[in-house]
Amino acid sequence: MSTAEAPPLPGGVARAAGGAARRGVVRPWLRMLRSELGLIFRRWRNLLLLAVLVGIPVLLGIALRVSVPRGGGGGGNGLGAAFLFQVAGNGVFLAFLALTIMLTLVLPLVVAVVAGDSLAGEASAGTLRYLLVVPAGRSRLLSVKYAAIVVFSLISCLLVAASALIMGVALFPVGPVTLLSGTTVPLSEGLLRLLFVVLYVSAAMAMLGAIGLALSSLTEHPIAAIAAIMIITVASEVSDNIPQFAVVQPYLPTHWWLSFDSLLRTPIDTTELTHGLLSIGVYIVIFCSIAWAKFSNADITS
Amino acid sequence: MSTGLEITATGPAGDTTGPPLATAELAVATHGLTKRFRGGQLAVNQLDMVVPRGAVYGFLGPNGSGKTTTIRMLLGLVYPTSGSHELLATAMPSGSARVLPRVGSLVEGPAFYPQLSGRANLARIDAVDATADPRTSVARVSAALERVGLLAAAKKRYRAYSLGMKQRLAIAASLLQPRELIILDEPTNGLDPQGTREVRALIREIATDGITVLVSSHLLAEVEQICSHVGVMRTGRLVFQGTLEEMRARGAARVQVRTTNPGRASGVLESLGLADIQASDGEVSAQIGEHAPETVNRALVLADVPVAGFDTPRPSLEDLFVELTGEGFDVDG
Repeated sequence: MSTAEAPPLPGGVARAAGGAARRGVVRPWLRMLRSELGLIFRRWRNLLLLAVLVGIPVLLGIALRVSVPRGGGGGGNGLGAAFLFQVAGNGVFLAFLALTIMLTLVLPLVVAVVAGDSLAGEASAGTLRYLLVVPAGRSRLLSVKYAAIVVFSLISCLLVAASALIMGVALFPVGPVTLLSGTTVPLSEGLLRLLFVVLYVSAAMAMLGAIGLALSSLTEHPIAAIAAIMIITVASEVSDNIPQFAVVQPYLPTHWWLSFDSLLRTPIDTTELTHGLLSIGVYIVIFCSIAWAKFSNADITS
Repeated sequence: MSTGLEITATGPAGDTTGPPLATAELAVATHGLTKRFRGGQLAVNQLDMVVPRGAVYGFLGPNGSGKTTTIRMLLGLVYPTSGSHELLATAMPSGSARVLPRVGSLVEGPAFYPQLSGRANLARIDAVDATADPRTSVARVSAALERVGLLAAAKKRYRAYSLGMKQRLAIAASLLQPRELIILDEPTNGLDPQGTREVRALIREIATDGITVLVSSHLLAEVEQICSHVGVMRTGRLVFQGTLEEMRARGAARVQVRTTNPGRASGVLESLGLADIQASDGEVSAQIGEHAPETVNRALVLADVPVAGFDTPRPSLEDLFVELTGEGFDVDG
C-alpha cells in the first residue's frame, strides 16, 4: 500500500532481528508527547478544570468592577491586598491578582489532578501494561509523562493570565504600570514582567507536578495521589504561616511560590528569585528521581 | 502423580521435545525463572519453559497457578526474583527495547482508554512505539482493525464495545506491527461460544503466517484444538511440557473388558501381569502396559471368559490435565 522502499521479506515475518528501524530518539519522543497531550486535553474533566481557570479571573474582574475597592483603604495585607488596590487604576494588575489568589489552591488542584492521574490513572485502567509492552520504555514513558505535566502547568498559568489580562483591559483603564516599589514602567515592560511571573508560577506548578508524578508512581489509585498532593500543598502553606516553624519554612515546597513579587520591583530582588528557583529545581530533581527509582523497578501487576 | 506424568521439564534446551534446540530456534526460553512476591508468596517456581519457533504453545493451568505472572515476567512487566529468560534469543528485560517491538501481546484481558474510539486507542498504542513509522500509522491501524473485523466499529468509543470487541481490539493492537511472537493471555476469557470461535480462528490464522503463538488458558478444549505444544502449570511449577502428541502418549492406556464374569476376567488379567486391575459389575479394566490387545483378548477367550466388549482406550487429555493439575481444574469453563 505504501511505496515500498524495500522489497517485502519472504514469509509473514517481515522484520529482521536488527530491523527495529531506529528512527532517532527525539521525533518518536515528540510523537509520544503529542499523543500524551492529546489524551490530557481531550478529557472532559481536564477541559472543565481549564474552564474554571479561565472563569475565575472573569468573575474576579466583574466583582472588582462592580465594587471598586477604595484606594488607600485598610483591610488585608500581603501580596493579594497590594494588587487588589492597584487593579482599579490599572487592569494589568488583575492578572497579577488572579495568579496570586489562584496559586494558593485552584492552580495546585488543577495540576494535581493531571499529575496524580499520570501514572496511577494508566495503572488503574490497565493501559500502563499495554504501553510498557509496546514497548514505551519505562524511563521514556516517565519523561513524556513529566513533560506533559510541565506543558499542562504552563498552559494552565497562561490561561489564567490571559483571561485576567483580557478582563482587565476590558473593564479597567490600562496604562504604564506602577510597580510595587513605586517606580512606573511602560506598559510593554509591565507585560514582559507579567510573562516572567507566568513562567515563574508555571515553574512552581511544574515542581508540584514532579511531586505529583512521584506520588502517582506509588499507587494505582489516582484519587489517592491527587489527594496526597493537595494535602502536601495545604499542609505546606499552613506550616508556612505558623511562626514557630520559621526554621523549616524556607524548605517548604510552597514557601517561595509568591516570591515572584520580586519581579514587580525595581531593582529586581534576584536573591529572593534565585532562592525560589533553586527550591523549585531541587524539588523537581528529588521527586523526579523518586518517581524514576520507583517506576523503573516496579512490578506492574495492575 | 504415580503415573510418571509428572515430569518436571529440566534444562533450557527442552529435553521433552526431542533433540535439543539451538537458542536461535527458540521463541521463548526461561532458565529457573522464579518470582516471589513481597508478601512471600511464591507465584512462579524454577520455571524452565521452552517454546520453539513456529509453535502454537498452549500454556495451561488452573486460575492462580502462575500463568499470568509468568507472562508478565516474559514481557518485562514483572521482574523475576531469580532466573533469567530470552525472547527471540534476546535476553530480557535488558533487551526489551530491541525485542518487544517484534512481540505482540495481550496481557490479562484488554485495557484501553474508554473515552477514545477503537481507532484512536490503536493510534495511541502506535504513537508510543519508537520503531513505528508515523507515515504508515493510519494504514496499519486500519489493517489491524480489519483483520479482527472491527473496521466498521472503528469510530465507536471503547466504552461502548462488547467484551468480544474489546478482546478483538486487544488482539488488533498486537498486530499493529509485523511480529515474530504473539503472547496471548486468556484471549477467550469471558467470551461467548461465538466469540471464542472467532478468536480461535484468528489464532489459527496468525499461526499459519509462521508467527509463534504462546496462548495461555485454563480451558483445555481451547488449547487442544489449536496448539502444537503444551505446557502445564500447577502452583507455580511447570509439571508438563512437550508436544500435544507427547502429552497424549504419556497417558497410560488401559484395557477395558465388558463381561458377565468379571471375577474370571480379572483372574486372567492378573495372570498376564497387568497392573491396576479394577473390577466392577460387568466390567473389568487394567493398565495394558506392554501387552498387545490381541494377546490379552485371546487369553480371555481361551480362559472361557465371555467377552461382550473389548476396548483399549487412552485417557482423554482432560483426564491427563486433571491428573497433572489436581482438583479444581476448570475443564469446561
